[in-house]
Amino acid sequence: MAILINKNTLVMTQGITGKTGQFHTRMCRDYANGRSCFVAGVTPGKGGQDFEGIPIFNTVREAGEKTGATVSVIYVPSPFAAAAIDEAVEAELDLVICITEGIPVRDMIRTRYKMRDKKTVLIGPNCPGVITPDEIKIGIMPGHIHKKGRIGVVSRSGTLTYEAVGQLMEQGLGQSTCVGIGGDPVNGFKHIDVMKMFNEDPDTDAVIMVGEIGGNDEEDCARWIKTNMQKPVVGFIAGVTAPPGKRMGHAGAIISGGKGTAQAKLAVMEECGIKVTRNPAEMGKLLKSVL
Amino acid sequence: MKIHEYQAKEVLRKYGVTTPNGIACFSVEEAVKAARELDGKLWVVKAQIHAGGRGKGGGVKVAKSLDEVKQYAGRILGMRLVTHQTGPEGKIVKRLLIEEGAAIKKEFYIGMVVDRATQRVVLMASSEGGTEIEEVAARTPEKIHKTFIDPKSGLTDSDAEEVARKIGIPEAAIAQTRNFLKGLYKAFDETDASLAEINPLILTGDSRVLALDAKMNFDDNALYRHPEIAAMRDLDEEDPAEIEASVHDLSYISLDGNIGCLVNGAGLAMATMDITKLYGGLPANFLDVGGGASAEKVTEAFKIMLNNPKVKAVLVNIFGGIMKCDVIAEGIVAAVKQVHLNVPLVVRLEGTNVDVGKKILAESGLPIISANNMADAAQKVVAAANRT
Repeated sequence: MAILINKNTLVMTQGITGKTGQFHTRMCRDYANGRSCFVAGVTPGKGGQDFEGIPIFNTVREAGEKTGATVSVIYVPSPFAAAAIDEAVEAELDLVICITEGIPVRDMIRTRYKMRDKKTVLIGPNCPGVITPDEIKIGIMPGHIHKKGRIGVVSRSGTLTYEAVGQLMEQGLGQSTCVGIGGDPVNGFKHIDVMKMFNEDPDTDAVIMVGEIGGNDEEDCARWIKTNMQKPVVGFIAGVTAPPGKRMGHAGAIISGGKGTAQAKLAVMEECGIKVTRNPAEMGKLLKSVL
Repeated sequence: MKIHEYQAKEVLRKYGVTTPNGIACFSVEEAVKAARELDGKLWVVKAQIHAGGRGKGGGVKVAKSLDEVKQYAGRILGMRLVTHQTGPEGKIVKRLLIEEGAAIKKEFYIGMVVDRATQRVVLMASSEGGTEIEEVAARTPEKIHKTFIDPKSGLTDSDAEEVARKIGIPEAAIAQTRNFLKGLYKAFDETDASLAEINPLILTGDSRVLALDAKMNFDDNALYRHPEIAAMRDLDEEDPAEIEASVHDLSYISLDGNIGCLVNGAGLAMATMDITKLYGGLPANFLDVGGGASAEKVTEAFKIMLNNPKVKAVLVNIFGGIMKCDVIAEGIVAAVKQVHLNVPLVVRLEGTNVDVGKKILAESGLPIISANNMADAAQKVVAAANRT
C-alpha cells in the first residue's frame, strides 16, 4: 500500500531530454520496479523520439493517453516549470512531483490558483521527490539508503530527510513512504496533507515529521495531529540558530516579523503531544522510543 | 533582493503611486543643488541604507533652509548609522534622498506580502501608521485589515475603497487612495516583488495621500525577467562574503560564532548549526553547497569560509546522495591543500560510497578529524575550537 506511489504507478518525466531529467530518469528506472514504472517522457517538439527506450511525447495529455501514465515528475528549468505543472493539471493527472528549484513565487501563485478545483495533487516544487522503498522512487534521493518498512517520513528539506532515513536505518527501521514536500513558500501538499494520508495508511505505524523555520505549516499539522492522528509522531525543526530576516537557502526558510521561528514551532508541537527533539542526531532514536 | 527607498519610489511612481518629489544624491553639493531644484521652504534629508529605523538613528532630518540642507547632508553622508535592523556595527551612509517637505495630517500603514496559507498576495492596512507594524500586530491586531487578493481579478475598486474607508481615509481622498492601492498591487505583481511597505502613508492638509516612505524587496528567482530591477542592486549594502558566495552559486550567510560550517542542503545546514550550538559551540556561518555539490564548489566554499578571521575550527557535514562521498572527499583534500588550512577540520561523511570517502581522507596525510555521526562531529568541532 504505502502512500501516493507504489510499484504499479506509471510515471512520465516532463523535461526528459534535459541533463537533469535524463540523469534522474535513468537512476529512477534502475531502482526497484522502475523499469516498468517509468513509461514516458515529455519534451515539446521531440515527440516520436525516445530516451533509452522510453518513448517521448510532445504533450502530457498524449503521453498519458498512449502509455496510461497518471503521475508526472518535472525537471523542467525554473522559468518554464510552472507552465509544465499547469499542463499536467490540465491533462488531469493524479499526481505531479515537481523537483525544479527556483520557480518565481508569482508563477506558483497563479499555478496554485488554477489548481483550486482540479483533482491533481502537487508535491513540491523544490523538493527531492517521493519514494516507497523497494517499490518505486520518483525524484533525486539516493535510493539505496532506504529500506521497506513501516515508518512514514515527511520533510521540507532534501539532505535532512536522508539524515532522518539514515538514522532510522541505524535503528533497524524501514520506511513505508518518504515524502519531500519542498522548501518553497507557495507549494502543493503540506505536512498536514501528507500526515492525513499516513494516518489512513495500514502500512504506516509511526511518522517522523521534519520541518524548518518559516511559515505556519508545521503548527497547522501539529494541531490536526492533536485531535485526529491515531499513530505516534515525532518531530524536529531545523533553524533554532537561524537569524531573523535572513533566507536560509530555501526560499521559504526565513523568519520574518517574528513569525516562523523554530522555538515557536517546537512549542506548538509539544503542546499538541508530539515528541520533539532539539538534537537532529536523535530523530531515529526518538522514533524508536515511541513504537 | 532589496533596494533603496528612492529606488522603490521611482518604481512605484511608474504605477501611479504618489510620493513627495525627491532627488537622490551622492554628495553634499548634489544635495544642495537638489534642494534648490525642488523649491519650497522645507526639505527632508534622508539617509539611504537597506534598513529601517533610520529616523531614530539620526539618519532623517528636516531642514528649514538650504544652509541646513548642507549641514545635515554633510553630517549624514559618511556617518555610521546604527538602527535596530543594522546590528551594532551599523551601516555607512553613501546615498541621500532629498525630498520636499509635506504637511502631515495623519499617518497610515500599508504593506503587501505573499501569504503562504492562502497562497495569495495580502494587502495589510492600518490606521496606526509610522510605528513598527509588528508592535501594532502584537498589541492591537484588530487594527490591521487584511485583504487577500485574487490573482486573476487583482485588487478590485470595491476592495481598495473598502480598505481605505476601514482605516479612516476621509471621503475626499477615497478615489485617490483607491488608485494608489491599485497601483501598488500592480507594481508588486508586475515586478515580482516579495514585499512592499508604505510606512507611513500620509494624508496631507489638502487631502492628498502620499507614500512618505517606501520599501520593496524582490523575488531573487524572478530577477532574470526584470533587468531594470536587478540593475538597482547596491553591492555596498551586502556582505562581501555573501556576494562572493552568490557568484559561485553557494548559499552563505555570515554569523557571529567561530565554527565554520560547510554542509550540503539547506535543511541539513541549519540542523548542523543547531547541533553545534546544542553542544556549546557557535556557528560562524550558514553555508549550503547544494544537494549535488562538485569538488570545485567545495574548494570555493572553503575559501569563502576561511576568509573569516573569527573561524577557529571547521565542521564539514555531507550526506552524499547523488553526489558520492568519494568525490566530496577528493574535493575536501584538494581544497585543504589549496587554502593552506591552519585550523582544525572535522569531517562527517555519510551516504553513497562513504567507506571509499573515509579512506581517501585517512590516506591524505592531512590532519583531518573524522566523525561518525552528527553528534560526534559537533562535539569534536566544539572541543577543537575551544582548544585553539
